[in-house]
Amino acid sequence: MSPQVEAAFSRLPEYLAWHVLLSASALGLGLLISLPLAVAASRNRHIRWPVLAGASLIQTIPSLALLALFFPLLLVISAASEDLLGYGFSALGFLPALLALTLYSMLPIVRNGTTGILSVDPAIIQAAEGVGMTPRQRLFQVELPLAAPVIMAGVRTAAVWTIGAATLSTPVGQTSLGNYIFSGLQTENWVLVLFGCGASALLAMVTDQLLGLIEAGAAKRDIRRAAIGGAGILIGIIVALTPLISFGKPASYVVGAKNFSEQYILAEMIAERIEDLGGDARMKEDLGSAIAYRALASGEIDVYVDYSGTLWANVLNREDNPGRQAVLEELTTELAERDGVLVLGSLGFENAYALAMRQDRATALGIESLDDLARRSGGLTMGGDLEFFARPEWTAINEAYGFDFRARRSFQPTFMFRAVTSGDVDVISAFSSDGRIAADNLVALADPRQALPPYDAVVLIAPDRVNDARLLAALRPLIGSIPVEAMRDANYSVDRDADKLRPVEAARSLSQQLGLD
Amino acid sequence: MADPRIALERVTKTYGAHQALADVSLEIAAGEFVALVGASGSGKTTLLKTINGLITPDGGEVRIEGEAVDALTPHLLRRRIGYVFQEVGLFPHLTVAENISITPKLLGWDKDRRAARAAELLDLVALPQEMGARFPAALSGGQQQRIGVARALAAEPHIVLMDEPFGALDPLTRDALGDDYRALHERLNLSTVMVTHDMTEALLLADRIVVVAHGRVIADGAPQTLAASSDPDVAALLAAPRRQAERLRARLGGAA
Repeated sequence: MSPQVEAAFSRLPEYLAWHVLLSASALGLGLLISLPLAVAASRNRHIRWPVLAGASLIQTIPSLALLALFFPLLLVISAASEDLLGYGFSALGFLPALLALTLYSMLPIVRNGTTGILSVDPAIIQAAEGVGMTPRQRLFQVELPLAAPVIMAGVRTAAVWTIGAATLSTPVGQTSLGNYIFSGLQTENWVLVLFGCGASALLAMVTDQLLGLIEAGAAKRDIRRAAIGGAGILIGIIVALTPLISFGKPASYVVGAKNFSEQYILAEMIAERIEDLGGDARMKEDLGSAIAYRALASGEIDVYVDYSGTLWANVLNREDNPGRQAVLEELTTELAERDGVLVLGSLGFENAYALAMRQDRATALGIESLDDLARRSGGLTMGGDLEFFARPEWTAINEAYGFDFRARRSFQPTFMFRAVTSGDVDVISAFSSDGRIAADNLVALADPRQALPPYDAVVLIAPDRVNDARLLAALRPLIGSIPVEAMRDANYSVDRDADKLRPVEAARSLSQQLGLD
Repeated sequence: MADPRIALERVTKTYGAHQALADVSLEIAAGEFVALVGASGSGKTTLLKTINGLITPDGGEVRIEGEAVDALTPHLLRRRIGYVFQEVGLFPHLTVAENISITPKLLGWDKDRRAARAAELLDLVALPQEMGARFPAALSGGQQQRIGVARALAAEPHIVLMDEPFGALDPLTRDALGDDYRALHERLNLSTVMVTHDMTEALLLADRIVVVAHGRVIADGAPQTLAASSDPDVAALLAAPRRQAERLRARLGGAA
């Protein structure tokens, strides 16, 4: 077995356990809500349309968006509950994933439930009334048993959808089989992506077959078959969940990471240092940029690395640029005052937004700076990462230079680099510490008007950890000790196509190289 | 004098502009076998369903053994009244024995008593005991309706309502089942009300024929009394079976 696959297998028990717990809870909760809704819709013509239309409407929301939308919603509810009851809850991880998947599972169950109950032969309903059943007895002794095969078919569909969509809960901070897919996608580790897809598909197929036994048992009134299916599901859930008994206990430190290689590597370095000092660290990877800071401020993660310019623009909503040192100082005081967050210090390198293009193309067009680019922009296509065009930095350079690109396209970062090297786009939004700029023969364009703020990589500590001596002792040696060249090499060792390292390996090698181990 | 088993007093029912029942009064005594006859849309099925509360009248009163139906809990009322209808409506997910003993089960009879009752009823409707373990789908139409009758009789009702009970059966089965039911009716001293559009069936089985037209009772009496009626609608209803009988006699010779 190749080391990549071996490494993937070693994380399977934890990922699978969370995936099963999440899918099973969402499906169970979905059934609990959908069945009564289906009964109500079959009884009452006036609510049938709104219920079915509502369930269909939920289905039209892309599942990733549905998951993402629960974060701000829960944040508001949590804040309200903290004000009213003095008790808040986590807006990240299991809860938003559970709620979104529950909603997502409802349509097939509600639709099949309603159809199943309504399609019971009217003569049988008349007989049920004639023999003296109450409406409740009619429902439980006649309608539901007769509709069971149709309802079970709906449950099967819901199960397959839920298990598939559960992979999307990784970006909201819930571990799932999606962790393979998202980190594989970031580091271009296609073996990992395939492994995640395969595991999730296999889980969906096995579940579907077992539920199929229950469905066939209900249709053929074969209790033995239904019992085998039910027992299979139950045993499967119990076996899959056993690893959580050990994994489930909260780690003493949670290290956050956004969704790109540098973040994975730095988080691994931080986790390793905490463990070296006898702490117990767990990673929460693939957090969205805005989610990460909020998660830290609310104490859901204890430490992560962010960039001064990002915090300046997105958290403090500042548009001015007083210079690198001033930004850093002001951030340190403002974040401490506002949220109680500690800015431990800069790691020693900048990872700034920079517009980059192919060296040969830049030379041919005579472009060296953003001023040159603006003059030529009418004939050029701009590629950005998924969030770039929505970020204040884009607004800032756009206002400063007055770009007029022929077209703008958004990419997942991996594919953005592919697009610029292949000529699909002419300019991309890159990061100055990205090893691919040099490796792909790209050139970063100068910013003579200083429209882009500085981006020092800074270590942030959650409010309830600012006095944690062990944590601070573990992390202090990192401050000011990572030069940009070293970071760039480490990033490239993970991003390159051949001979790639896993983030944990890159982190170890970087520590060794810098004498930090 | 004891209350009649069933009493309808000035019962009316309208659906929009259509008057299904107009001022119907009727009394049915213990042991009577009454056929409700009329064209489709005459209101005979509506009349039947007011008796077990499947349809609530707009006006008037229905009494069962002296108690007003609208004061009784509908499902408790229906457990006291047997109900048989053309589509039978056996529960496909229950065995024949479970189908038969459904009303006793709703009434809370224990398991042994229900099993004994199901066995007794299989005998009563002339079906073999081993049929009790089968599912309805495995039965012929005639067998299914025999189970339908057994189910109606399971909780020992005094009243049985039948809505075109034998309409979907072939003539031979229909004849045999009709005769068998008539015998049960006498043996158990039931009050039976049977809706049919087939005058011949009514004449052959019932003690008393009630003719319904446009939501009203236009004739009510024993078959012989009805034959003497001068009402043109009644005469028309009787004309068909008379003509059939005469033609049969002519074709088969004096023996018929």
